[in-house]
Amino acid sequence: MYVAVKGGAAAIESSWQLLEKQRRGDTTIAELSVAQIRSQLTLAVDRVMSEGSLYDPELAALAIKQASGDLMEAIFLLRAYRTTLPRLGYSEPLDTARIALVRRISATFKEVPGGQLLGPTYDYTQRLLDFALLAEGESTGHSSAATDTPLTGQDAKPAAKVEAPAQTVPRINDLLAREGLLETPQPLGTQAPGDLTRDPLMFPADRALRLQALARGDEGWLLAMGYSTQRGYASSHPFAGEIRRGTVSVELVPDELGFTIDIGDLEVTECQMINQFSGSRDVPPQFTQGYGLAFGGAERKTMAMALVDRALRADELGEPRVAPAQDEEFVLSHADNVEASGFVQHLKLPHYVDFQAELELVRKLRQAHAEAAQGNTSPFNPTQQEAA
Amino acid sequence: MMDTHYNFAFLDERTKKRIRRALLKAVAVPGYQVPFGSREMPFAYGWGTGGVQITASIIGQNDVLKVIDQGSDDTTNAVNIRRFFARTTGVATTGKTREATLIQTRHRIPEVPLTEAQTLVYQVPMPEPLSKLEPRRRETIKMHALSEYGLMHVRLYEDIAQLGAISHAYDYPVMVNERYLMSPSPIPKFDNPKMHMNPALQLFGAGREKRLYAIPPYTQVRSLDFEDHPFEVQHWAHACALCGAAESYLDEMIVDDAGSRLFVCSDSDYCEDRRDAGHVGTQQAVTLHDVLATSPEAFAPNEREAA
Repeated sequence: MYVAVKGGAAAIESSWQLLEKQRRGDTTIAELSVAQIRSQLTLAVDRVMSEGSLYDPELAALAIKQASGDLMEAIFLLRAYRTTLPRLGYSEPLDTARIALVRRISATFKEVPGGQLLGPTYDYTQRLLDFALLAEGESTGHSSAATDTPLTGQDAKPAAKVEAPAQTVPRINDLLAREGLLETPQPLGTQAPGDLTRDPLMFPADRALRLQALARGDEGWLLAMGYSTQRGYASSHPFAGEIRRGTVSVELVPDELGFTIDIGDLEVTECQMINQFSGSRDVPPQFTQGYGLAFGGAERKTMAMALVDRALRADELGEPRVAPAQDEEFVLSHADNVEASGFVQHLKLPHYVDFQAELELVRKLRQAHAEAAQGNTSPFNPTQQEAA
Repeated sequence: MMDTHYNFAFLDERTKKRIRRALLKAVAVPGYQVPFGSREMPFAYGWGTGGVQITASIIGQNDVLKVIDQGSDDTTNAVNIRRFFARTTGVATTGKTREATLIQTRHRIPEVPLTEAQTLVYQVPMPEPLSKLEPRRRETIKMHALSEYGLMHVRLYEDIAQLGAISHAYDYPVMVNERYLMSPSPIPKFDNPKMHMNPALQLFGAGREKRLYAIPPYTQVRSLDFEDHPFEVQHWAHACALCGAAESYLDEMIVDDAGSRLFVCSDSDYCEDRRDAGHVGTQQAVTLHDVLATSPEAFAPNEREAA
């Protein structure tokens, strides 16, 4: 005889144990430490911090370990932890012109004030598997030359980014804007920007909120959306005006002090895209911009983010909205991978009740169909049979 | 035993206060979707984060909590959520509908009538009843403001015209207090009438979509219909095989390779209560015959023709 399903609690406990076994893997191999992940899987840590919206390399590394390397799961873990943290205050805007550079390039000018600095990049590696790493020896290939040589101008800087002193490196966009060649978005009114993590995103969203949503948005989603603008869906003729990566300081003005104090450093990647704009009746032809910023080394993400940001400025710049990447509700509502992953995977939850409701309905409709077919003068109706 | 690493019920007090303020607004405007600053919870979105945030915001030390999923206290997600609250609040939990002061549910309303002393918290995946007709929130906000619900009536009419019946079997749209069109969450339409004039406070939370709404006690809730096609709920030709209930919502289980079906109450507590009171069902699985299915031989010529 049938017995109602029980034992959900026991099943969950067993599942936890199996999960722990899966995470640990072969116990004859040394366990991966959080410190190793933090210092050797840095780009994974950076992504988890950006999309987890929490700058804490140690906890991000822990999340990656706990999630067996599933970065979306790690992002989710970090977000769930972030929820429990009190909001002490809001920092001053980051000044990314004052930066200890690790890398800085411009695709629009050969020579720029402050110089170009190639820094660590996969761009000029030959994508050949380095079998020396497999043998657990020293890498033989591209990564052996550890000295950072500036392409132009500047004296050589030490490779270790923490030791590089912060200096003022003017943004290329500022130089263009000074000549009036580049449109400069102005803040809308004097009110402080909203906070996506405290209040729900409503539409239309202003640019500050859009950028917040994009900064924590899924890299893959932004990449696809940005890519679509390059392939003619909301074409915007972008140039990588400047990409910089380095360490900037975070400053806060506590109410009780009334002056600025430096509370720590962040490593960020910033991308400023410059896009052609042929002008409108009221505005002369000029360049427009799109902006991307993320924690750590995140060039792909920030470039894609800048393309999407530019596409979402369609209304503001008087462009017709014709492509998915220009539809803010479409882009922003689906950018968060914690939301998306949860909702897609909730289909694993039981839906017996709803499915039963559908079954009952389909059976009823089929009953009606059969009765209608019987009443039909033609004894045999192939089209109806097929439709059923 | 309460886990002291976290605040009572996980969320910090300021967040709970914000959610309660949103709930007050929701109660004041029945059926209206109130945006709220939904937080990331230690559950995945789509797995009850909205309901969990409401429960966390209103639960007190003297509450007795019941959590059900698909009508049952023992499905894994219900177990998980109940454990979460047991761990972060230390409150008493129960499987008995009558004993609970706070019931969090996914996809069902208990069969036992609720009382004024109880609060029912629904987990809601898609709070916008118009979302299948108009995906843009910007537009649906306007439609609600203007009570512009013609689109939904047309949709229901088209179902009748094309299929002879309304094809919403669950998440069947309702009008609350004759003002706001509301999604009852994916409960089967069988449960819709229970929302009407219910003595309990009904709260709805959609975490991923960041909205809350409410039906205060004794509020009119009307399932949309037409004069010539009145609203009706599901009926089964069978009673519960375990407790013999003829008036409850039934789950269907396939019990052997031949496709025999066993029909049993979806509300496991209700079913257990009845069995304890001495009610007995047939204990029999049944074989269903599809009205349109024909024997293979009879069907063969037609198949050839269709091909």
